[in-house]
Amino acid sequence: MLVGCALGALAASGAAASADQARAYQHWEEVLSEARGQTVHFNAWGGEPRINAYIEWAAARLQEQHGVSVRQVKLGATSEAVARILAETEGGIDEDGSVDLIWINGENFATLLRRGLLHGPWTGELPAMAFVDPAAMPAVASDFGIPVDGMEAPWGLAQLVFLHDQARLPEPPRSAAELLEWAGGDPGRFTYPQPPNFLGTTFLRQLLLDLAADPSALYQPVEAVDAEKVAQPLWDYLDRLHPLLWRAGRAFPPNTGAARTLFADGEIELTLSFDPAEAANGIAAGTLPETSRVFTFRDGSIGNASFLAIPANARHKAGAKVLTDFLLSPEAQARKQDPAVWGNMTILSLPLLTAEERARFDALATAPGLPAADALGPALGEPHPSWSSYLDREWQRRHGAR
Amino acid sequence: MVGLPRLIRAAPPATAMLLVVPVLIGTAGLALPFRWVEGGAAAALGQFLAAPGIWRSVLLSMGSALSATLLSLLLVLGFTAAAQGTRAGRRLFALMSRAISPLLAVPHAAMAVGLAFLLAPSGWAFRLASPWATGLVRPPDLLILQDPWGLALTLGLVVKETPFLFLMTLAALPQTDSARRVLLGRSLGYGPMAAWCAGVAPALLAQLRLPVLAVLAYGISAADMAIILGPTTPAPLPVRALHWLAEPDLAQRGTAAIAGLAMLAATIATAALLWLLARLAFLGWRGWMRRGWHLRADRWLRFLAIFAMGAVAALGMLGLAALLLWAMAGPWRFPDALPQSLDLTRMVQHLPGLWPPLRTTLLLAGLSTALAVVLVVACLENEGRRHRPGAGPGIGRGIWLLYLPLILPQMSFLYGLQAAAASIGPGHGLALVAWGHLLFVLPYVYLSLADPWRAWDRRYERVARGLGAGPARLLFGVKLPMLLAPVLIAAAVGIAVSTALYLPTVLLGAGRVVTLTTEAVALSGGQDRRLLALFAVMQMAVPFLAFLLAHRIPALVAPGGARHV
Repeated sequence: MLVGCALGALAASGAAASADQARAYQHWEEVLSEARGQTVHFNAWGGEPRINAYIEWAAARLQEQHGVSVRQVKLGATSEAVARILAETEGGIDEDGSVDLIWINGENFATLLRRGLLHGPWTGELPAMAFVDPAAMPAVASDFGIPVDGMEAPWGLAQLVFLHDQARLPEPPRSAAELLEWAGGDPGRFTYPQPPNFLGTTFLRQLLLDLAADPSALYQPVEAVDAEKVAQPLWDYLDRLHPLLWRAGRAFPPNTGAARTLFADGEIELTLSFDPAEAANGIAAGTLPETSRVFTFRDGSIGNASFLAIPANARHKAGAKVLTDFLLSPEAQARKQDPAVWGNMTILSLPLLTAEERARFDALATAPGLPAADALGPALGEPHPSWSSYLDREWQRRHGAR
Repeated sequence: MVGLPRLIRAAPPATAMLLVVPVLIGTAGLALPFRWVEGGAAAALGQFLAAPGIWRSVLLSMGSALSATLLSLLLVLGFTAAAQGTRAGRRLFALMSRAISPLLAVPHAAMAVGLAFLLAPSGWAFRLASPWATGLVRPPDLLILQDPWGLALTLGLVVKETPFLFLMTLAALPQTDSARRVLLGRSLGYGPMAAWCAGVAPALLAQLRLPVLAVLAYGISAADMAIILGPTTPAPLPVRALHWLAEPDLAQRGTAAIAGLAMLAATIATAALLWLLARLAFLGWRGWMRRGWHLRADRWLRFLAIFAMGAVAALGMLGLAALLLWAMAGPWRFPDALPQSLDLTRMVQHLPGLWPPLRTTLLLAGLSTALAVVLVVACLENEGRRHRPGAGPGIGRGIWLLYLPLILPQMSFLYGLQAAAASIGPGHGLALVAWGHLLFVLPYVYLSLADPWRAWDRRYERVARGLGAGPARLLFGVKLPMLLAPVLIAAAVGIAVSTALYLPTVLLGAGRVVTLTTEAVALSGGQDRRLLALFAVMQMAVPFLAFLLAHRIPALVAPGGARHV
């Protein structure tokens, strides 16, 4: 109770004082001392051991730097934590919640924001935000088209890529049309995670960006355009593609891991990932052949930033802020971008860093399978979030029950 | 020890409270998600019915659960009938009762992963035969798993439920006086299997009613096997409920709650169907008894029954072997029959990370099982004192409530329970989860202990009392030592159940209570089959050791001693 009141006061004072550097510094000192001894429950998807290991590393560093402990709550799906925050709030737990920090984006963020369940704006309090430049990197300023406005801190950048094995498929298809043509020549060797899986839905949106007569319609809410007409080219395309898919489109891998396993087992020749370092990671871990590579469609692919948010009922807000500040630091971001560790691209703007800090990023080894900086097509913006649920629903109706 | 009889009398109401109260709260909590749906429960029902292919999903769940239940039951009955009739068969029977332990121990999800790898077109079976026999250098595009009829799912359920029903049969057989009845049947001129079917089957089936119901309910409402082996267009009902639960749009939770109710309705409907089939089978049995067909030459039938059971057990064993191999594998690509190398460094590297979830798993299993065994023993003892010899297995009607957690779909009432727990405040993590485990552990402990306990020969009691033993001395000095073996087996079953529990752990622990199973399920959404296999192997090792100890300890404590059951 006391802690909550103190935190509320701190947050309020932080927002007011953010202009004044000296007071901001003093405020951060207070956050640090408040955080000491807290245990931050960091709710983050737990499906990837490399990411879990990275979070463990960050936890150890934070303990030694600031005396804050971190426990990762490994989620199967981020919405588990969203539901928990909601259930707690409805149960009257307004300041003693079990989620301190959550790795989030897209619809989950929109849901919490809409229901007023997020703490903030708070990211202005973090010293490390000085290295983030929304002007140079628009992806960090809005989350699926919704302005972030300090309610969540950017953490990493991802881009939709295809995985292929150079030795078996030297010339992979690099547009929706080429994909269809290739599938016609070698049927049964491609599939995608079944929507509403996030990656599967993203694949649909990617196809539509490639096929739509006017892609700009996808950046408006579904209700604002003639959605049926905009999406029609996608359904026509899928009608032709599905008979050429793995199992003739009669079954789909239920999740990303299952699709990736099919690729590793050689059942399919192409699979999808949100991680440009996926091939490099797989080669390093020995789960993929050494000739595995990633690529994007020629005209680019959907880019995607992910964020860190603090629920309004979080118990350890100060600790969560200190953890976030560390995760945004050049040290942590450079390590995260290291393909040997995780390979997730930084959200920091390198020109804002000191030469010494920049060197951390320059020094990152290039690993086999890692795409050169300019090898991938441009990162396209996420369509408006309403398209995800619209396409999911329509896909279910047309292909979800045969 | 003056208070013992009083404590024992208090056991049934206390047990009922411990189990029924959370189930009631949870079921009431099923209504909670409707607040997020515009238009309430009616709108949620509308959404549920409008979901594409929803009836196919319902029928798939009912069909695969019913056929898996019937097949498993048939396999177990056939095998038991075939094996108990002859001397060689009895040796096979003993062998099988030892061999099923690992199959019992492995959780459903892990077994599904193992079977999937065994049977997939890129799986072990094809790898072993390629390319020398099949000519394949890359996996064929065959719909073996995830088939639209749910056959792969049914097979997976059969592999997992047959050992369970067999274990329950082992526990129930001593009460049926099977050896003498078979002998009687044989002397009347029946063949070995016919003698068993005529004399033992009806008595045994009466004992197996609840386990069969539990198997049926599990098949309808559990998602873990269905998500790996089941079809996806559309998926079985529990998988779709999980999807609705995972939607960022919270209104979908209302649809999930309706799906929870639908699973309950489907379970009741399928149970009614099963009851009808059982009546028909009974009529058939009576007709057969009247006609007196002796089926003396049943060699081929015995062979078939034993072969079928052996094949299912072998399939399960091979699936486990595949998992074990993957946990240690280096690169392993199609069509290599074996991994290019074994890579133990990764295993060693992950060992420190295994300890915290292992510790939590052991703690939860230990707590819930210990409490469950104490409560079940007290309940049974109370029953024995109230019903004097001759009263039969009649047990307080209230004990039926005990099976509610097994028959209600977990997903629904646990969600309501979580909401209720959240309103008390956080910070009761482990204790609450242990309680949640107790809901599922206790019925299974009861299932496996009740019959041997009741079958205990009460003449020992008269002798002990005659020698001046009080109730405490009788229980701790005579009865428990004599029933040590079944008590330990029941405890092992409890540990196996607790180890495999996923939803209760995640929902009641607010995700903070990390066990081997929650780790394995989190990993099954990822892509590292080897790490998943490693966790699955650990998951399996815990109950396996428990069963091993349960089999060994009685022999160590009293070698060749009291062998009542």
